[in-house]
Amino acid sequence: MPLPDLPPTTPTDEFVKGLWRENPVFVQVLGMCPVLAVSNSAVNALAMGLATTFVMLMSNLLVSSLRNFIPKQVRIASYILIIATFVTIVDYVIAAISLELYNALGAFISLIVVNCLILGRAEAFASKHGIGMAALDALGMGIGFTVALLCLGGVREILGSGSLFGVALFPEAFQPWVVMILPGGGFFTLAGWLLLINYLKERREAASVMLQETPE
Amino acid sequence: MNGESLWSIFVNAALVNNFVLAYFLGICPFLGVSAKLETAVRMGGAVMFVMLVSSVCAYGINLVLLAIGAPFLKLISFIVVIASTVQLVEMFIKKTSPTLFRALGIFLPLITTNCAILGLALFQTNKGYDFGQAIVYALGAGAGFALALILMAGVREKLELASMPNAVQGTAVALLVAGILSLAFMGFAGLGA
Repeated sequence: MPLPDLPPTTPTDEFVKGLWRENPVFVQVLGMCPVLAVSNSAVNALAMGLATTFVMLMSNLLVSSLRNFIPKQVRIASYILIIATFVTIVDYVIAAISLELYNALGAFISLIVVNCLILGRAEAFASKHGIGMAALDALGMGIGFTVALLCLGGVREILGSGSLFGVALFPEAFQPWVVMILPGGGFFTLAGWLLLINYLKERREAASVMLQETPE
Repeated sequence: MNGESLWSIFVNAALVNNFVLAYFLGICPFLGVSAKLETAVRMGGAVMFVMLVSSVCAYGINLVLLAIGAPFLKLISFIVVIASTVQLVEMFIKKTSPTLFRALGIFLPLITTNCAILGLALFQTNKGYDFGQAIVYALGAGAGFALALILMAGVREKLELASMPNAVQGTAVALLVAGILSLAFMGFAGLGA
């Protein structure tokens, strides 16, 4: 879904918009592949969210500071190169910190390169704004992305393995709903969250229409 | 090297570990281009073709990178090669068959950002497939992608006629359908073993 170019706003606004109004997962539905694939536990979701945030922040900074030097014709290729460089760094850093996490996330760390969210922010925002704004935008979007991943990962881990962040929540007798950590569960959980958000939005719109129709 | 038989590689990539429904690769085109059956078929064909070409290229690059001892350049060179392959394929098709070029339209350049292609290149090097195995793997993955896309498009064309609450329409119902398809594909587990 392409975003309209909004008029210049305050720095706080640029930061906050990624959290809710333009949340990358729940509203823009971007970067779905990692969202579904690594949200089978809360720890994986958090790691993926942080890695994506870092790559987005660094690439937004670099794209924004180079925005007057990159020729228009080769900009997409340059952005992808910049993103791929930072993803390679993250890939090696995660492998150095925790091999277990590295194996759990697998190829999806490398696949951050083709996360359309990051390329989208570079093209739609960082290439047109200053460094400060670009950093705030990346942080907001990154945190929004991480929170959304945690929402999915939390639900899937609680239902699918009966634990949260690896800590068991239920007594022994609990039968985990295994489907939730399998691929199908990823689709269902995301569909569930989207339904909830659509429902809330619809109710709010209905309420504001009611207010407008009954002038006091 | 990897000792898997070619048949089991194909079945695994196409059905058991379907790229879309089990690995969640290429979800964007899966949700974006699956509204109509006709475009889904064309998109599936284009992706299969690019997968095959980039799989061959990735195999070659990996050999070169290993030879010069620079595996950290893998990701960067893969993405550059995929982008230029797509560009090359686009130019080639435009010259040789303008009809096919028009039929594929915008889907051709969009394939660059399809993570299924990069995923395929990464998986085949991680698994250590030889040249023949890599080609079969690419064919299987492409066939699996096309199959999932076409199934999805068939269901969504019918869904257009169904009446449902506003909140469910659009992405939410597409995800629900994808979830059910994914459950159905779990039935293939054990086939390629």
